[in-house]
Amino acid sequence: MTNRTDEFIKACNERILIIDGAMGTMIQRYKLGEADYRGDRFKDWPSDVKGNNDLLSLTQPEIIKEIHGEYLAAGADIIETNTFNGTTISMADYGMEELAYEINVEAAKVAKRAALEWTEKTPEKPRFVAGAVGPTNRTASISPDVNNPGYRNVTFDELVEAYSAQTKGLIEGGVDVILIETIFDTLNAKAAGFAVLQVFEELGLKLPILISGTITDLSGRNLSGQTPEAFFYSMRHLKPFSIGLNCSFGAEQLRPAIQELHKVADCNISAYPNAGLPNEMGEYDETPDEMAAKIEGWAKEGMINMIGGCCGSTPAHIAAIAKAVAPYKPRVTPEVPVKMRLSGLEPFVHA
Amino acid sequence: MTNASTNFINIGERTNVTGSAKFRKLIEKDDYDTALDVARQQVENGAQIIDINMDEGLLDSEKAMVKYLNLIAAEPDISRVPVMIDSSKWSVIEQGLKCVQGKSIVNSISLKEGEEPFLEQARKIRDYGAATVVMAFDEDGQADTADRKFEICERAYNLLREKLDFPPEDIIFDPNVFAVATGIEEHNNYGVEFIEATRRIRENLPHAHVSGGISNLSFSFRGNNYVREAMHSVFLFHAIKAGLDMGIVNAGQLVVYDDIPEDLREKVEDVILNRRDDATDRLLEAAEGFRGEGGKKQAQDLSWREQEVYARITHALVNGINAYIEEDTEEARQKAERPLHVIEGPLMDGMNVVGDLFGAGKMFLPQVVKSARVMKQAVNYLLPYMEEEKRLNGTEDAKANGKILMATVKGDVHDIGKNIVGVVLQCNNYEVIDLGVMVPAQTIIEKAIEEKVDVVGLSGLITPSLDEMVTMASEMERQGFDIPLLIGGATTSRIHTAVKINPHYKKGQAVYVTDASRAVGVVSKLLSDEGTSYKTDIRESYHVMAEKHLQGQEKKRRLSLSDARRNAVKADWTAEPPTEPTFIGTKTFEDYDLKVLRDYIDWTPFFATWEMNGQYPRILKDDKLGEAATSLFTDAQEMLDKMIAEKWVKANGVIGLWPANSEGDDIIVYDDENRNSERARLYSLRQQIARSNDRANAALSDFIAPVSSGVKDYIGGFAVTAGLGEQERVMAFNEAGDDYSKILVSALADRLAEAFAEHMHARVRREFWPYAADETLGSDELIGEKYRGIRPAPGYPAQPDHTEKETLFALLNAEQQTGISLTESYAMWPGSSVSGLYFSHPESFYFGVGKIEKDQVEDYAKRKGWSLETAEKWLSPILNYIPA
Repeated sequence: MTNRTDEFIKACNERILIIDGAMGTMIQRYKLGEADYRGDRFKDWPSDVKGNNDLLSLTQPEIIKEIHGEYLAAGADIIETNTFNGTTISMADYGMEELAYEINVEAAKVAKRAALEWTEKTPEKPRFVAGAVGPTNRTASISPDVNNPGYRNVTFDELVEAYSAQTKGLIEGGVDVILIETIFDTLNAKAAGFAVLQVFEELGLKLPILISGTITDLSGRNLSGQTPEAFFYSMRHLKPFSIGLNCSFGAEQLRPAIQELHKVADCNISAYPNAGLPNEMGEYDETPDEMAAKIEGWAKEGMINMIGGCCGSTPAHIAAIAKAVAPYKPRVTPEVPVKMRLSGLEPFVHA
Repeated sequence: MTNASTNFINIGERTNVTGSAKFRKLIEKDDYDTALDVARQQVENGAQIIDINMDEGLLDSEKAMVKYLNLIAAEPDISRVPVMIDSSKWSVIEQGLKCVQGKSIVNSISLKEGEEPFLEQARKIRDYGAATVVMAFDEDGQADTADRKFEICERAYNLLREKLDFPPEDIIFDPNVFAVATGIEEHNNYGVEFIEATRRIRENLPHAHVSGGISNLSFSFRGNNYVREAMHSVFLFHAIKAGLDMGIVNAGQLVVYDDIPEDLREKVEDVILNRRDDATDRLLEAAEGFRGEGGKKQAQDLSWREQEVYARITHALVNGINAYIEEDTEEARQKAERPLHVIEGPLMDGMNVVGDLFGAGKMFLPQVVKSARVMKQAVNYLLPYMEEEKRLNGTEDAKANGKILMATVKGDVHDIGKNIVGVVLQCNNYEVIDLGVMVPAQTIIEKAIEEKVDVVGLSGLITPSLDEMVTMASEMERQGFDIPLLIGGATTSRIHTAVKINPHYKKGQAVYVTDASRAVGVVSKLLSDEGTSYKTDIRESYHVMAEKHLQGQEKKRRLSLSDARRNAVKADWTAEPPTEPTFIGTKTFEDYDLKVLRDYIDWTPFFATWEMNGQYPRILKDDKLGEAATSLFTDAQEMLDKMIAEKWVKANGVIGLWPANSEGDDIIVYDDENRNSERARLYSLRQQIARSNDRANAALSDFIAPVSSGVKDYIGGFAVTAGLGEQERVMAFNEAGDDYSKILVSALADRLAEAFAEHMHARVRREFWPYAADETLGSDELIGEKYRGIRPAPGYPAQPDHTEKETLFALLNAEQQTGISLTESYAMWPGSSVSGLYFSHPESFYFGVGKIEKDQVEDYAKRKGWSLETAEKWLSPILNYIPA
């Protein structure tokens, strides 16, 4: 464990930590065109790259830094690197597999610079960088072909390879914690966890692992069918620093799932929901105050340790959330009895 | 099943090629479908974990393990439980671990090859996220005495804890179950050694578990299943007491310890506990007498017929089985003093069970409606007897819990939801008077007085019905009613009820009911002794809501109409000129082939109609809803077969394509390509929401090229129905007392109409207005709306003004061409109809107009030649202000 880790643990014990909000929503505001995405370096790239937000860490690092800065100014303790799709698997969409490693290194560096600036400005409130490890665009436990349920378009080993490269890049760039996030297929996340442990072993270090799943429908399960409790048991071997949920729905709909984790998790709890449910046009229109008001209840009930926003959230949302939860103490991690905790789609606990 | 404590885990063993010849053959034949059934059956029989083993010389074990685990992942009723990945080959185990998202158990690893491989495998197991079985096996071989067993387990435990920090609760020891009563003297004590080792492991190695493969024990009694089961049962009884807490057993085949005949049990116990030297001989002798009895057969489907008649009636109601209900009702009638007592007794008791299960979320709507069908059949059977009795003695009828009057309001034709609510209420012994659809306020009032009803329930699906409900509330107030007024239906809401309806009905109480599952609770509370305080609570909460709503209104900032127009969608008209349609004018389709439409049905909303929410086809496999959904789906398919084969309904449609250009927020539809004579004008409404991002404030007119652009653009329109003839079927089912089929046929006609709209849109895009001539989307992608262009309907979010349908119908001459008519509220009749406009622009999209300000309402009124009051009436659901 490093000093940064100690600082991080200390901060998390003292207060509810604020996670930043959506990166995509903020990038949209810059109305970047194909040429902006390409920058000089990729002006002759053979395919379109507009929409490859992770590439911006190479071509428009100042914009990314500026966005990080806005979230830090809004009060975020933790900013996520712009690496949601920074695996060789996701980058294949643009033929940019080779760049995945570099993207992670640079994204981590940019975030680190922004965080350092703010740590200097507010030394009493040190800022941290979470290396974001996304779900990729494939599912290891669901067949993409309804007529062939046994088929898979990605294997565990392929995922481990892709995630290892990403994790190494993030660590080289200087992230403080690893955040495996927006998990819709638990098997993907298990591969990510496996890769992270391997990299730790290889490099001889350990960083806190933060885990955040996503619920995909109102039955309260993830895409691969697990309940939140079952999902936790599938990830618990990583000894996560925190378990939580992000994206999914707005705070209101996410509440029962967070509560379920709150009941069983013997580690910290994080949440960064969307700004409400998308309206009929697919936009998130929950205002900062509305979102903060819903989240305040969680803080009041002592259910959370880290809180932020996902799709549709903006620095204004994060500022409102930071203000709303400021008066409350973080959740106290409970002692849970030692029992064998297995899972299928549902949890199975045996004393 | 075993009488073991609940702390003992059954691990299903039938999905093991080494233990089950049947399973092995299925895997060898590549019949994975049936092989999945084996797993499913075990879970159904109570296996809490399933053991999967593919170790067979002739199999590619790794491949078989991966394939089977991947297939299980797609079966929620199996994969809800954890799996045990069972192999003697590490490579098979590792491949298996890479396929499971849950936390599973590895079976097994051991110290057989020494410490290094043992720890390396254990480390990987930990990192893959699994628990593991550790066999009592070391470099010197398999342990057979209690001392050796414990010694090896202790060594393994310490290694795992100290070198790997392996979680102790994830370690499961298997101290080797060996066969006893083999005739070899050294084997006689194997049972005792196992039990003793178990005791020591549990006492000395904290949190670790003990498991065993139980069937090894009785190996010498192969062919005599009954004795084998008795041996397993006795062995488990003693081993569990010593601390055995898991076991690989056939969950469906285990006799209950207490059910084993005493003399056999004693002889088995002698063998297991090694109590006498001649134990084996005595058991062998006794076993002959039990040969061939075999395990008990699995419960037959018809075993419930052996129960007494009241239990049979309950079973039939709960399971919706009507095959025997008349014969059972007759038997109950002969037992009862009066036929009425059969209704009040066993039938109502059974329906109460149904009601409780439904309330507890253990039954679902389609099942409840089926139960009601059985109930009705029973009541119908009793009716002649009751009438006969009445004629002879003049006795009174059954007393219902209350009388409810239900109706779909004037101008609205939608009634599936209302019918479902009616059925659920009837199931709970309320008398329901259903006035049907398009019922004027005065008719409802007159009937309510005449029948002295306790509650009035109103339903509506289209937005103008909301106003009709307000009218109804005012009328009830004026005529001195004070009974509760229930409000339900797709466009209604608690907030609308609180803000708009409640204030008009001060003498009584308007109550919003979310869905059918809530109806009984609400009605019974309203009519109970606590009714008054319940009403007061509702009234207060509605007041609070109404006030909050008023305050909330001020918060939402809206743009002025002129600002909103400045932020209109800036579509690119130069990129590619609009495609020219293949004809101008209308085209009619009569008696469209229903078989074609069937493939275009989107089933997800069909289930939602029955209050079963979930994506099709996943819902069919859902843990909770799957069974009910599958049965409903089967019924739906059967009825659909008949609807098509016997032409129960006829599908007619008309489409139209015309030159068009926009002018401000209006769309001008021209007679012909000269574009100088205006055939009609469609009006659109613009979003006025104040944006915090760069999105536009859209109106449908933005998707049509403006006159000033000089671009020749087009617009289309359509009206389709699949409801011609539906009403006759509904009435026939109604007469037969078959509510289930009645609701089913309406729901299916609705789906066919939607499918017709989807299919016709596809044909328009590819054939008649071929702007996407090379589109090749399957029906799933169509349902996902992945195509170019939109088909918004008047009255829905993109154009909330229902009166625009009048213009559309005139353009299409729809009533004459298809037989669809419009009610005074602009609902389409028959209800299973869909209409709308076609837009082709690649940037067109669906949106919701949302709330609008008075400036736009005034402007809209002027454009349509309406008074402000008329405009406010038709737009009332979207006004962002309270009209004067």
